[in-house]
Amino acid sequence: MGRSFGLNEFLYLLKAIPWTLLLSLGALIGGAIVGLFIAILRTAPSRVLRGLAIGYIELFQGTPVLMQLFVTYYGLAVIFDIQVDAWPAVLLAFTLYSGAFLGEIWRGSIQAIPRPQWEAAACLSLSLPKQLWYVILPQAARISIPPTVGFAVQLIKSTSIAAIIGFIELTRAGQLMTNATFKPMIVYPIVAVLYFIICWPLSLLAQHLERRIDATLGVKRHF
Amino acid sequence: MPLLALKDISKRFGTHQALADVSLAVEPSETVAIIGRSGSGKSTLLRCINGLELPDRGTIEFNGKMFEQTPRRLKELRREIGIVFQSYNLFPHLSVERNLTLGPTAAKGLPLAAARELAREVLRMVDLEDKIAAYPQQLSGGQQQRVAIARALAMKPRLVLFDEITASLDPELIGEVVRVLEKLARDGMTMVLVTHEMGFARNCADTIVFMHDGRIWEKGPPAALFGSPNTAELAAFIDSILSVNLIGERPTGSRQSQSRGIRGRNK
Amino acid sequence: MNYVFQFNVVWEHFPELLTGALLTIQLSATAMVLGLCVAVLCAYGKTAGPRPVRWLVTSYVELIRNTPFLVQIFIFYFSLPVIDIRLTANNAALVAMTINLGAYASEIVRAGIEAIPVGQIEAARALGLKRLHIFRLIVIFPALKTVYPALASQFILLMLSSSVVSTISAVELTAITNSLQSTTFRAFEFYFVATGLYLAMALGFRASLSAIYWAVFVRGRGA
Ligand SMILES: Nc1ncnc2c1ncn2[C@@H]1O[C@H](COP(=O)(O)OP(=O)(O)OP(=O)(O)O)[C@@H](O)[C@H]1O
Ligand SMILES: [Mg+2]
Repeated sequence: MGRSFGLNEFLYLLKAIPWTLLLSLGALIGGAIVGLFIAILRTAPSRVLRGLAIGYIELFQGTPVLMQLFVTYYGLAVIFDIQVDAWPAVLLAFTLYSGAFLGEIWRGSIQAIPRPQWEAAACLSLSLPKQLWYVILPQAARISIPPTVGFAVQLIKSTSIAAIIGFIELTRAGQLMTNATFKPMIVYPIVAVLYFIICWPLSLLAQHLERRIDATLGVKRHF
Repeated sequence: MPLLALKDISKRFGTHQALADVSLAVEPSETVAIIGRSGSGKSTLLRCINGLELPDRGTIEFNGKMFEQTPRRLKELRREIGIVFQSYNLFPHLSVERNLTLGPTAAKGLPLAAARELAREVLRMVDLEDKIAAYPQQLSGGQQQRVAIARALAMKPRLVLFDEITASLDPELIGEVVRVLEKLARDGMTMVLVTHEMGFARNCADTIVFMHDGRIWEKGPPAALFGSPNTAELAAFIDSILSVNLIGERPTGSRQSQSRGIRGRNK
Repeated sequence: MNYVFQFNVVWEHFPELLTGALLTIQLSATAMVLGLCVAVLCAYGKTAGPRPVRWLVTSYVELIRNTPFLVQIFIFYFSLPVIDIRLTANNAALVAMTINLGAYASEIVRAGIEAIPVGQIEAARALGLKRLHIFRLIVIFPALKTVYPALASQFILLMLSSSVVSTISAVELTAITNSLQSTTFRAFEFYFVATGLYLAMALGFRASLSAIYWAVFVRGRGA
């Protein structure tokens, strides 16, 4: 019955980490593109466009990621008439999910820049793109870095859910190892520690950046 | 010919009439001080002059040219009309030098080297050459406000607007900013200021404009206006300002001797 | 795309979905109450406790916030029995949710506590009040009021992430959906409708939480 949990089993878990990271990175990049559109639509002058963006955000922030994953997975199957691989479905689902969050983070960062900064830039005779480029975006980018890093942590943790539809990343590898060794008391804590080792430094970085940026920009955050 | 001529400017916010038929001419090298109660429309008037607000009615002529609110015309206009705000509004992510060179380089296409030279020159005028590499949050309020003045001057404007630029400063920092204004007035800069510094208004302004309820209620040279106000509103306003200044500077009774005592020790 | 949508099957089984949704609501609401208690205790420990307590709270919070909820569930359900702590699926889910929420919410509550003006606390101390009294009488109520919006979002996130407990076969909405779709082979339709139910629950929770805010903080004490 069952293997023992040794170095090989541990290495198997380690080898699953790149998939967790790859999925997170892919979703972050895809989400950045989607998020940019959402942020722009969200601030568009047209009420219809803004409504669309808000609907998108509500949908993805108001439903479980797991459900988004299932709907994407089976939805792709419906569209293409064949059972798709887990990988594209998972990547697409997490991209759409990230887009909603990143879009909101970035919109918030741009809108957090006080209106007088726009006015001061306009009064120096700068055109709208130049106001954005020289004055607003550099400040907004700095404000947005900590929550973006914070979201990356959230995303890395969320990708564990891909295990449920069988995508082999760290959590799924843990499940497989548990099934093979019958040692959940060893395997799952190790999996947790591995996630912790990935996420904790990022969390600390986000906190550190936030404190530093708040100090230099004089931003007051409430939470 | 006046440098700036406003004719029948009106502006409302919702149901509130912020400006009603305001007409005003500003001659080159003139210093115009606008006074009036809070909410009387002073800031709105300044903001209409450089296009931060669009008046509902009326015309603005600058340097003989009618002002239309097209993006290009607006940019042209803002090269020639500078503004300094109550809350400084420096760019916190840029050094003092970059705050000063941004307008000249990015908006006017001046080469960076020339813009840097210019930055040094305007900093000298506000007596802050040693702060060229500092960042705004490393400066005191008075210093930040002087940098903001320098930033406006670096555009080489023909007219500068000042909106209560000493209002958020600690009392002991007001002097250094007022001195810069006095120097500019002496050097012949055309200025329109909203101010509560009555001493400065009386000594340096050529014309005082008293605004009330969105209208120009009274206008004239300082001596006439302060000496013999024509309207009850202006008289009441002057009274209220004077009593505030009295409390601030010369408290009555025992406190008076106390404050003198402190001053004596400081010297 | 030749797929023919058949939502009829879903409507036939709709009562079962509703039962699942009801359990999700029960589970989430209970975890919210318990988690808030954990959070307040931890926030008190971290702001006023002795150093070992503060250290303990920090470790708990960081550990939970930097590991995936799914792995936490696995540990509570699969790992703990090895050391003879056996929980039913529903209880394991409840414990995992409570502990998870406790960590996130304690940071939020702490931010609220730190936002209380120092002067108020000093004034209370000058009146000779004990620490715990000060906390109970002066600090916690306004602190919860200021951070209420953040707490409310955290509660809703918890409700959404509860879908993940379907993996340990608790019979909440996602688990029911899983079993229904596998017997009827209408996966897309079922997940689609379940997603809608989650969205509706999120909106419902948001409305109820605002109502609670109004009843407790606006009408209740006017604090
Ligand atoms: N953007 C705006 N939207 C709505 N109302 C406005 C706006 N700007 C100004 N107002 C209103 O217009 C009136 C005039 O405002 P303004 O800022 O010009 O007054 P002010 O004389 O500068 O007062 P203060 O001395 O307080 O700066 C005020 O009642 C103000 O509330
Ligand atoms: Mg004003």
